Amino acid sequence: MNQQANSATAQPEEAAQYLTVNLGNEEYGVDILAVREIRGWTPVTRIPQAPGYVLGVLNLRGAIVPVLDLRLRFGLAREEYTATTVTVIVMVNGRQFGVVVDAVSDVVEVAPGDVRPVPDMGTTVDTEYLKGLTTVAERMVLLLDVDRLLQPQDAQMLEAALASTDVKAVA
Amino acid sequence: MSKVDLAQFHKAFYEESLDGLDAMEQALLALDEGAEDPELINVVFRAAHSIKGGAATFGFTDVAAFTHVAENLMDEVRSGRRPMEKAVVELLLRSGDTVRDMLSLSMTGQPAATAESQALLAELSAMVSGVAVAPVAAAKAAAPAEAIEGWDIAFRPFDYLLKSGNDPARMFRELEALGPLAVTCDASKLPALADMDAESSYLGWTLSLDAGAKRAAVEGVFDWVDGDCDLTVTPRIAAPAPVAAAVAAAPVAAAAPRTVRDPAANSESSSVRVGIEKIDTLINLVGELVITQSMLSQFNDGVDASQLEMLRHGLAQLGRHTRELQESVMSIRMLPISTVFNRFPRLVRDLAQKLDKKVVLDMRGETTELDKTVLEKIGDPLVHLVRNAIDHGLEMPDKRLAAGKGDTGTLRLEAFHRGGSIVVEVADNGAGLNREAIVAKAIQRGIIATGEGMSDEAVSDLIFEAGFSTAAATTDLSGRGVGMDVVRRNVMDLGGTVAIRSVQGSGTTFTITLPLTLAIIDGLTAAVGEEIYIVPLVSIIESVQVKPDTVRSVAGGGELFRFRDNWMPIVRLFDVFGCAGQRRAVDEGIVIVVEGEGTRIGLFVDELIGQQQAVVKSLEANYRRVTGISGATILADGSVALIADVTGLVRMQARRKAA
Repeated sequence: MNQQANSATAQPEEAAQYLTVNLGNEEYGVDILAVREIRGWTPVTRIPQAPGYVLGVLNLRGAIVPVLDLRLRFGLAREEYTATTVTVIVMVNGRQFGVVVDAVSDVVEVAPGDVRPVPDMGTTVDTEYLKGLTTVAERMVLLLDVDRLLQPQDAQMLEAALASTDVKAVA
Repeated sequence: MSKVDLAQFHKAFYEESLDGLDAMEQALLALDEGAEDPELINVVFRAAHSIKGGAATFGFTDVAAFTHVAENLMDEVRSGRRPMEKAVVELLLRSGDTVRDMLSLSMTGQPAATAESQALLAELSAMVSGVAVAPVAAAKAAAPAEAIEGWDIAFRPFDYLLKSGNDPARMFRELEALGPLAVTCDASKLPALADMDAESSYLGWTLSLDAGAKRAAVEGVFDWVDGDCDLTVTPRIAAPAPVAAAVAAAPVAAAAPRTVRDPAANSESSSVRVGIEKIDTLINLVGELVITQSMLSQFNDGVDASQLEMLRHGLAQLGRHTRELQESVMSIRMLPISTVFNRFPRLVRDLAQKLDKKVVLDMRGETTELDKTVLEKIGDPLVHLVRNAIDHGLEMPDKRLAAGKGDTGTLRLEAFHRGGSIVVEVADNGAGLNREAIVAKAIQRGIIATGEGMSDEAVSDLIFEAGFSTAAATTDLSGRGVGMDVVRRNVMDLGGTVAIRSVQGSGTTFTITLPLTLAIIDGLTAAVGEEIYIVPLVSIIESVQVKPDTVRSVAGGGELFRFRDNWMPIVRLFDVFGCAGQRRAVDEGIVIVVEGEGTRIGLFVDELIGQQQAVVKSLEANYRRVTGISGATILADGSVALIADVTGLVRMQARRKAA
């Protein structure tokens, strides 16, 4: 990344790498430091009382990892899972989860100065889940805020679930 | 022999000795309760004998000399020359404690002989030779190599100490009876007169006792306030200078300051003692694995069609053995909870004696297995709860009689599996919590604004509030306040919960629920639609095929079916879990009768697949808690199956009925 040093931007920070994934015609970037692995689609075990976009859980070398479908998360139509459908396993705040996307395409480097705020526009995605957008080789890449994919609704849901349990427990 | 090697042997000796001491203590307690099994005496004798032998081998001469005398005493009992009296048991129990202290001193390379051990040694010798020796005189006569010439005591009561009826002045007079006492008062925490609560204690004291009294004697004075104060007792060891300045005498490094001896003090050991049968299972499995491997290796040069069946068979075997091996290895980490429970008979006996209360300890479910890590960390919270139950929960015999109860209180310690958790209950049949007093205190502490409209449970939970416990909860409000927030924090650190159930006048139950992330359960696999669920075997009563004519619909859409003269609700798993069940009519599938929290329900599933051991994995680690599901496990084909939480399902059913 040293070659970035002479770029016009006077940003002292280093460029971040993003894994780009495809969802329909759009391209999204996932911070590569959060990505644990990329695996082909495998069927998952459904879990009760989960929101629709949580497909279920899978066995990742002994750990039980929830998998969510990014299309469903963003309210897009569900696609058939095919040979190119992949599950990207990410780790955020010590929790792992899988994100099902249509395909993975590339790894791009994005200097912090190249990240633009997301205008409130007609993207299919709620801007809440986006950190910003950038342009890579004439393509627009929307940078995902992975931390929020399984949140915050889920946190609220969790609280609601806990409140509804009649267990009189102190914890 | 290198130094490292020696240290390794020391460690083994130390752990073995501690085990021996534990066995000895248990045997002594059994004898104390009147058991007349000669084998128990042998156990005590053997423990002392092995420690003596080991200590002599490793050059811990002080320990060896001490245990030698103790062994002599036991020998007299064993050969019938001396009856097993209370006094003997008492002395031997104390000897056990002393040997434990001596061993830990030896392990850190310090001289093991202390004034305390010398005094006890004199008492032991006296008993063996049949001469009564006053303990204090013995301490002086023994004149140990590193004579303790006095004690430095730092004593700062918590502010509610006075309310518990303890009087520092009286305690100081008791200390003075042991020798010349210098008292320095620290009044730095004293508030302005206007802010002063006349019933609170703001003072701290530094005491300096100029007498070589026994540690037990010094600490005994503070027994009543144990847990209600900060207390440090440091021996002052004779310095080369003949007269040390009494006030300035600094504690000598050889004996670090030590708080009041807590029987729970139990260092986490880094090794596990594993039952021989578990090792044998492992060896067997590895043997099988080797056989399977050699069978498979014959296919190295290729397989022809006739051998395919054999290959498939071999691979299946390999898979099975690998899984079993994994489970066996994991089970090594699992230890019965009796390793924690074992310390309680002694603790309860000592506490009851000290407080003049009559207590029967009822322990159940000691064989429940828990992960070693959890086990080591649950000890202290349990000790706290047990102490509190005896100290504050159970009443004095006369009060109990006045309340129409037997004069002997019962303390129940129970461990069992429930749903995906291990539950440990500490229950007493004492006075229960005093709601008014707790509410009043919580309001005073600013934790709540008013107690109105709060359920009893919510009020009980207040005692876990941090501000509540450190402040002013004492016996006068049947206070369980001391350190309850610490108990809760410890349990929460383990991912568990603590709940209280208290009925005024008839007792309090603390329920600690611990997750069993590492535990292995036996489960029945059942298919519902395309999914597989595991129902823990412990909660299954039986599985039945229900005939339609034994089913009755009830208002609200529920269904009941008749099972052995009882009607119980049918819970269709596909409804609860929202999956596509293929079989909807009751006679098409199977009903698994399960019991949770004393309530039975019938779980309707498509079919039963089989029984298997399941390594419980947490859903919460990466996802969240799901009602009705206690965890997940990995099936033979690598896919995930969810484990049904029977207790949760019973509760869901109850809630649905209420709705």
